[in-house]
Amino acid sequence: MSQLTHTPPHEPVKSEIRTSAAGLHGLPPALEVSAVSKTFTQRRNSTPVLNNVSLKVEQQQFVTILGPSGCGKSTLFHIIGGLEQPDSGTVSMNGEIVTGQRGEISYMPQQPALFPWRTIEDNVLLSQEIKGAARDGSREEARQWLGKVGLAGFERAYPHMLSGGMQQRAAFLRALLAPQELMLLDEPFSALDALTRSEMQRWLLELWEENRRSVLFITHNIEEALLLSNRIYVFSGRPGQVLHTVDVPFPRPRREEIADTPEFLALKRQLSQWMREEQAKSRV
Amino acid sequence: MRSSWKQIWPPIVAVVFFLAVWQLAVSFFDIEKWILPSPRDIGHEFAGNPAGIWDHTLATLKLTLIGFPIGTGVGLLVALLLHLMPWAKRAFYPLLILSQNVPSIALGPLLVIWFGFGLLPKMVLITLVCFFPVAVAAMGGLAQSDRVMLNYMKMAGASKWQIFTKLELPHSLPAIFSGVKISATYAVMGAVVAEWIGADKGIGYYMQLQKSAYRTDRMFVAIVIVVLLSLVLFAIIALLEKWLVRWKPRRNP
Repeated sequence: MSQLTHTPPHEPVKSEIRTSAAGLHGLPPALEVSAVSKTFTQRRNSTPVLNNVSLKVEQQQFVTILGPSGCGKSTLFHIIGGLEQPDSGTVSMNGEIVTGQRGEISYMPQQPALFPWRTIEDNVLLSQEIKGAARDGSREEARQWLGKVGLAGFERAYPHMLSGGMQQRAAFLRALLAPQELMLLDEPFSALDALTRSEMQRWLLELWEENRRSVLFITHNIEEALLLSNRIYVFSGRPGQVLHTVDVPFPRPRREEIADTPEFLALKRQLSQWMREEQAKSRV
Repeated sequence: MRSSWKQIWPPIVAVVFFLAVWQLAVSFFDIEKWILPSPRDIGHEFAGNPAGIWDHTLATLKLTLIGFPIGTGVGLLVALLLHLMPWAKRAFYPLLILSQNVPSIALGPLLVIWFGFGLLPKMVLITLVCFFPVAVAAMGGLAQSDRVMLNYMKMAGASKWQIFTKLELPHSLPAIFSGVKISATYAVMGAVVAEWIGADKGIGYYMQLQKSAYRTDRMFVAIVIVVLLSLVLFAIIALLEKWLVRWKPRRNP
């Protein structure tokens, strides 16, 4: 599919990463985006969308991109996912350059995008099916997971029978059970109502702390970002670029209550201010 | 059960009413039987195996059951090829529409000249009437895949074939079925026209015989049988659809 040839600098180390929690520091980051720029040209108009974006997701870290709408977040995801080529810059995963290659990440889109003709169980297994990674125990494992995320009894249901929050959990499970290590979550809760949303945040926090996958998360919700992330990249408005990098200091396991601590509120204030400035700028 | 009964009774009442008016009109105005037979006459004729009509029905049924799958298959194949090759779609789509402007009744004699009186010209004719609704419906369905799902498939590293079998094909099934249902009714009609043009058995042939003998009642018997055949074929396809597209929410979005 991809026209790009790539030169793997060393053997993939994927299999070790999942099993051993120790010695992560020696490993290359799960994802490294270096100096990626992208401009869309339509007739004579050229719109720069991403400007020299560099970011890193270390192994088993939860990293968030926080930015105003229209900051090129989705374009960045498309570039990381191999749907589009950057004009310049590279994407590498586990030390290997994979710019423009598809099938390297596990993706969860904004809308659940469950396939209506598949049962929930088959939907969850789709990511493995595409990669030809389905094993004998896959279905059993999927069923157990469905039970764990509160979807027991819906294994053979079709997506339209589920509520929005339940569909989103199934979509998340599809990403979680994918054979790829790195998960890209594109504003997964933006379509949910406030109550379901905070419930889903808590749920994701717990689930992630148990399973510790490398995650790149997009949101424009500041609290959500602070609650979940190890690191936050604050993006500017169009053209998107990294304005600030914030390492979130709260220890894990985190509880929702940290949202009431003065440190949390101070950070939140700081981030809100940056975001407001960006919104104001993009309006001019 | 109750709701389906609610849906069924209005058309039944309408048909019964229509037949009653027909019956009354024929006896009231004293219309000759060779011009317009009454429903009772037709029913009577129907019951008595008029001139071996069931053998003819069987022949037409056979023709339909061979021609319909071929026509549908060709339609799907055309849709698939044109879907996979967009340049071919641009080139041939207008021609496809043009092919439907040629009346099949005019094409029939030509086909007989080229292919004789055997099975082949009949298959060609049925295929020509059947493939079009299927091809158009399938192409429409295949082209309208959900963008988000398509992006998901691509990012997950799905091959073109996987995207086709796991996304585009199931996504277009409802559209394909609406095409297949139309071509099911066309198939019976196509078979009758084909027999009309050159055959020694079948409903089309039978109609021609009865027409020459001014047996209008038997013509009507033939019409009733053609309608019934179409209905049954349509119903079978509809059932198949209901089973294959069972994932679709009941109410229309």
